[in-house]
Amino acid sequence: MTGFYMPDFKLILPESLLVISALFILMEGIFQKNGTFGSYRRYIHYSILALTGALIILIFQHTPGEKWITFEGQIFQDDFIFFAKILILTGSGAVLAISLPSMTKEHITCFEYSPLILLATVGMLLMVEANDFLTLFIGLEMQGLSLYILAALSRDQVTASEAALKYFILGGLTTCFYLYGASLIYGFSGSTNFEIITSVIRNASMEGFPLGLLVGLVFIIGSFSFKVSAVPFHMWTPDVYQGCPTPITAFIAATPKVAAMVVFLRLMVGPFLLMYGEWEALITFISFASMILGAFAALNQTNLKRLLAYSAIGQMGYVLIGVAAGNDEGVQAVCVYLTLYLIMIIGTFGCLLCLRGKGSEGVQNIEDLSGISALHPKISFTLAVFMFSLAGIPPLAGFFAKLYIFKAAIAAGFFGLAVVGVLSSVLAAYYYLKIVKVMYFDESPLSPGICYGHVLLLSPEIRIILNVCVIIILFFFIFPHPLLEMAQRAALALLI
Amino acid sequence: MATLPFLSMTIFLPLVGALAIFLNWSQQDSTQANNARWVALWTSLVTLGLTLILWGNFDAASSNFQFEDKFQWMPFLNISYHVGVDGISLPFVILSALLIPICILTSWTSIQYRVAEYMIAFLVLETLLVGMFAALDFVLFYVFFEGVLIPMFLIIGMWGGPDRVYAAFKFFLYTLLGSVLSLLAILYIYFEVGSSDIPLALTTPFDPKIQMWLWIAFFSSFAVKIPMWPFHTWLPDAHVEAPTAGSVILAGILLKMGGYGFIRFSLPMFPEACAYFTPLIFTLSVIAIIYTSLVALVQKDMKKLIAYSSVAHMGFVTLGIFAADAQGVQGAITQMVSHGLISAALFLCVGVVYDRIHSRKIADYGGLVHNMPRYATVFMFFILASVGLPGTSGFVGEFLVLLGTYQVSTWATTLATTGMILGAAYALWLYRRIIFGALAKPNLKSITDLNWQEDLIFAPLVGGVLIFGVYPMPLLTMMEASVANVIDQYNLSFESDGGGLIDPRKFLEMAFHE
Repeated sequence: MTGFYMPDFKLILPESLLVISALFILMEGIFQKNGTFGSYRRYIHYSILALTGALIILIFQHTPGEKWITFEGQIFQDDFIFFAKILILTGSGAVLAISLPSMTKEHITCFEYSPLILLATVGMLLMVEANDFLTLFIGLEMQGLSLYILAALSRDQVTASEAALKYFILGGLTTCFYLYGASLIYGFSGSTNFEIITSVIRNASMEGFPLGLLVGLVFIIGSFSFKVSAVPFHMWTPDVYQGCPTPITAFIAATPKVAAMVVFLRLMVGPFLLMYGEWEALITFISFASMILGAFAALNQTNLKRLLAYSAIGQMGYVLIGVAAGNDEGVQAVCVYLTLYLIMIIGTFGCLLCLRGKGSEGVQNIEDLSGISALHPKISFTLAVFMFSLAGIPPLAGFFAKLYIFKAAIAAGFFGLAVVGVLSSVLAAYYYLKIVKVMYFDESPLSPGICYGHVLLLSPEIRIILNVCVIIILFFFIFPHPLLEMAQRAALALLI
Repeated sequence: MATLPFLSMTIFLPLVGALAIFLNWSQQDSTQANNARWVALWTSLVTLGLTLILWGNFDAASSNFQFEDKFQWMPFLNISYHVGVDGISLPFVILSALLIPICILTSWTSIQYRVAEYMIAFLVLETLLVGMFAALDFVLFYVFFEGVLIPMFLIIGMWGGPDRVYAAFKFFLYTLLGSVLSLLAILYIYFEVGSSDIPLALTTPFDPKIQMWLWIAFFSSFAVKIPMWPFHTWLPDAHVEAPTAGSVILAGILLKMGGYGFIRFSLPMFPEACAYFTPLIFTLSVIAIIYTSLVALVQKDMKKLIAYSSVAHMGFVTLGIFAADAQGVQGAITQMVSHGLISAALFLCVGVVYDRIHSRKIADYGGLVHNMPRYATVFMFFILASVGLPGTSGFVGEFLVLLGTYQVSTWATTLATTGMILGAAYALWLYRRIIFGALAKPNLKSITDLNWQEDLIFAPLVGGVLIFGVYPMPLLTMMEASVANVIDQYNLSFESDGGGLIDPRKFLEMAFHE
């Protein structure tokens, strides 16, 4: 690490590819005076290609068990980060694909959409691979700012602007949290580099941690709780979910959550692992509160996206059980859960994006889905699979995600948290079932004006994504081994 | 010994059938519906044939698990796909395989709405049920145990009666609430044993203090499923609103999952806790028998009445299981099998008149014997079997249970016998109101007797009830060795404590002397 090296650009090829593609699309968008729907479609295709290319480069560059550090110790990659990067790249690509057919219907009529998603993806990659609080900050802000702009993208919609403003202000507040926490930690450890902080904490663990370090840690936990929308920093989630155009909600719900959770986990069981005794109770409480709130607050929701927001809060509560466990089992469980969560959430939003009312307006309320199983048996079957899976009913994949989480909780001796977890999952099952009920048990309303699902917007891309998602969720139980193996390798890399 | 993996074939054949229907899933038309019906029928019949092969090759003298298949499922976690049957699970496997074709036949004409989905639901259900009884790995067991909820939820909710949504939700959430706690217990056992293998866990001794908690967790799951008073309230709603075939499966097999769980897990794994909680179970069982019989007396709805009678009959099952002697447990299994046949048949009987008149109200019927003599005979046979008339399988089960319980608690036996009298009262009164009297109602005048399809459906059930009533030996020998094994294991833990039943004072004395 000593001396000056030319940073190894080969290692950041995926990120470079994404940045160059984003800039290229922006240029083309600017030089083309009047954007057409066709050109927006083309940009999305470019972006998907770029993401796929980045994914391929990433996979071919990585050999299992390999670790590297570059850019003066700023950027770091091991099996765990490799795993997270795969999730982020695939997730972003899939969200772009499902937003293709309904883009103009959702008032996204500008060329900036796909480059912004690419830049947000780069930000997320930077977040997970950062080995330093400052690099992490740049990653956080890069994805944060891209998301705020994305949320405000449909300018003619009041709800979207309101949502974007809320998102931006609260996001700004958490940025302050983060910076304050990071500077406190810097002040008490003398460095922003994770490895140095780790060794400082190791030394401090003998004679007790300085108070400033603890306060800093609390602020960091607070800011990441905001990013993963965990209680008590969840307030933005329902409004933003509801207000944003659905494709953007899908994006906010999918990849940034996963990325933030990965970083959260990495910070907690990485540099701060020896402070486990201090943060254990905090994370346990956050997890507990998120599960309870996610279950109760969603019970009476009538708006679908709001319901999904509360469901996401609850789901993040489960993931946080794995973080709170802080052991090998926990890390594995989080990896598996995040992967399956990503698949389920992309699938769910994909289904919602397909279903359109008469004037191609999007589905808003749960009642809008009344009786669609008679009109579109395949789409409603797909959505029902995702709902049962989110509720955690075997043999669907969501059950195994929960199984591993609870296994980690029992291994760590969190019996209370596990009991609350399973009980709140029963409550949560109620509202997931409500969606199934509306689709399958209710008759479609007699006046055809209200009936949704008259128009089914499908394109080859969305078909592929939905089919892949539903097949993985349905048949995960037959062959869980590959994902478990990857998760195990990731956990091994993280916990060394 | 058979070389083919017959058991796994039995489990997954229905799923293959469901897949076949699913792949032909296109627009709703009558040819597609007919294809779905035939595929479902043939699949379930072949499955039944496979279970009979299992029965034929089953070695009743051994208490080991047979037809075992095992391979790694999640190798890092020591969770494997492990199935096998012994004398306790085989009767239920056969029962499930027998009832599913009957369900498909009885829905042949009465279900006209989304036939393909209906058949898929039943075939998937069959896979899950057979898999549940055959699973020898805790995670696998739980997957099947809980998975049953999805098809059953859809069956009640999509093809059920007017209040079906409420019933479906109540059924789903109630049973889910019960089972999730057992999931945690399973995970705890997994860490204690180091693997989720059931045969391994069955021989692992658990600390008595921990046993209490694990027992309660399993109890919450099985007591809701079986169901015991006061956890039974989902059952009447689900039964009433489910379509006929759904009620048949609910009463015939789903309730047995609870009893099976108690015998398979609670008795051998947590003997101390079982002994500790036996008074509680006896109290709840006796209350169930007497209280639900009284409730059944005042019902106005035929299906509801039979549903409450199911709770009462399941009271005998729990009584027998926790008597924890050979007669009691054998009686409980016999009672479950016979109740599976009898209550299934009673729901089919209700279904027959419901298809014709579209009412389940007892008051809407009367005097059916004049127009439906064959129906009256069949119905009488099953009513008497339900009452426990000697010569029917209902008698064998209840008699063995009472015999087993008498050795443990005279009081519980006496009270339970009183319940049997009440059982006779509500059942015979139901029969009198529906079948006898004058045929006064105008819409009943033209009612027709059983047709040949219906005769065909009832025939195996009548046969089964009679055969096991007169000559129960095939059933009893099948389970004898396995039950003896469970009882031995149950008693073993007390013998190692110094012999005899658990006695806190004796235990303390021993502790002081050491």
